[in-house]
Amino acid sequence: MESALERLWRTLVWAFVIFLVINVIAMIAAVVVNSFGTRWLSSWLPAAFTTRWYVSAWKEFQLSDVLLVTFQIAGSVVVISALIGVPAAYALARRDFPGKPLVMVLFLLPLLVPPITFGVPLATVLYKVGLAGTMWGVIVANLVPTVPFTVILMIPFIEQIDPKVEAAARVFGAGTGRLFLHVLVPLLVPGILAATLLAMVRTVSMFELTFLTAGPSSQTLVVALFYSVFAAGVRAGQSIDAMAVIYMLSTLIWLVVALRFVNPTQIVARVKKAPA
Amino acid sequence: MSASRRPIRLALADRGIDGVTLLVLPAALFVVLLFIHPFLYGLLLSFTPKEGGWLGNYTRFFSDPYMYGTIWLTLRIALPVTLLNIALSVPVAMQVRHMKHQRLLTTILVLPITLGTVLVAEGLLNYLGPQGWLNRTLMLVGLIDRPIRLVHNYWGVFISLMITGFPFTFLLTLSMISGIDPALEQAAATLGARARHRFRHIVLPLVLPGLAVTFCLAFVDAFSVFPSAMMLGAPAGETRVISFAAAQAAFEQYDYSYASAIAMIMAAVQFGFVGLVLMARGLFYTGPADGGKG
Repeated sequence: MESALERLWRTLVWAFVIFLVINVIAMIAAVVVNSFGTRWLSSWLPAAFTTRWYVSAWKEFQLSDVLLVTFQIAGSVVVISALIGVPAAYALARRDFPGKPLVMVLFLLPLLVPPITFGVPLATVLYKVGLAGTMWGVIVANLVPTVPFTVILMIPFIEQIDPKVEAAARVFGAGTGRLFLHVLVPLLVPGILAATLLAMVRTVSMFELTFLTAGPSSQTLVVALFYSVFAAGVRAGQSIDAMAVIYMLSTLIWLVVALRFVNPTQIVARVKKAPA
Repeated sequence: MSASRRPIRLALADRGIDGVTLLVLPAALFVVLLFIHPFLYGLLLSFTPKEGGWLGNYTRFFSDPYMYGTIWLTLRIALPVTLLNIALSVPVAMQVRHMKHQRLLTTILVLPITLGTVLVAEGLLNYLGPQGWLNRTLMLVGLIDRPIRLVHNYWGVFISLMITGFPFTFLLTLSMISGIDPALEQAAATLGARARHRFRHIVLPLVLPGLAVTFCLAFVDAFSVFPSAMMLGAPAGETRVISFAAAQAAFEQYDYSYASAIAMIMAAVQFGFVGLVLMARGLFYTGPADGGKG
């Protein structure tokens, strides 16, 4: 039994949700439509549609170089953070040792402190050692939030594996290395894929850290996009939006694949599975 | 020899330290070296200004209204946005938790987080502009008779922080509210409590501590707003946020010591608010929310 007031409240809440969803979709659609439009002044839609902005954006912003740099950086970040993050997550999932809460805080801090706050001192250190402005500087800076992210995301995946499976492997004489290679990694494939893909999305869309540490030849696509918007007036808006669409595709591909392995809520929170 | 070594290894293993535990070291050392160390280095650097005594950077910041004003300008954006996002997240999460196709909605909402602030800002520049779809729709409906200005001012930044911030607070709130055992509410309903009372006396007390943490995360994020304040706001005027001041000191004046001091002030304000909220959180109930079934 619902009172009229409760029904009104329900309607209001849903109206807000629909309004919000429409705005998000319209905002993204506006970028896509503009990138295909010829001239778009005071009307609902552009006068005509064309694909020439993609050709000009590709040349103007040297997108083949920028995309190559972006994926070299993101690829390195993802591989390195999986290599050092997964073993750390394994240790944290399986062992209780003195100081473990402290180690957990150590891994949580870089995820909680916003990148721009630690990015300024981090960039200063990277400039001092001469890494800033190079591709390795950008990779190292992006690893700072990505390694803890991989650790925290992998812990529940490892906890789900029955320790008896590992004990059996140990009984048959497998060392830690062989245990990882032949037992854990095959069982952890979904978790590692999810962590890797989400780390990929985060690195491709990480603006602040890349902006603070990149030089002209180590810019990723987001930073290039930011500079082109900020120096707008020189370039056609449609050409910038063509670049924005290419950027969207470069992040969303990984998200679509990642969502096959994780729930959208897990991207921001660690969700407890409902007991069966 | 091995007789004296074995007991140590066993004693360590009893406390949970063995070869497996050491696997945590590379990642932990990495975070210490590239997160803790730069922070401490920045803190020390901020006390060695280009000119003046060891507090020179801080007196310089707090004696210049154009600089210390950035704290207020940033708070003026970050606090209302965060509170509004949380206030909206709770009722929406309460409705959505029973929804059948929840995943479609959560996927759409995760888009702005994934795309990032730069793309959202670029999209909003079109969408909120004087000839954008929002202004056109409002004029078509007859709510306004001339386009309202929503970009290159306070509201542009405010809306962009809502578009990226609401999905974040909402998804966190949804995962918390979904974690409450439905039996608790069913019991209250059996005893005749209406939805409003069930929310007020059961759900709200259980999620308040979690909401406090959500507030901290969302506020810290909003307080460090950077690209959207520059692209959608007026970076020289009403949205001259503190992160912009820090980036300017570092990359336009090449004064890393001053930039570090500004970053430290920014961190201090963030930690200050988080500390206050977490202290208040101690006043609420923080026990299990799953009905004790384990």
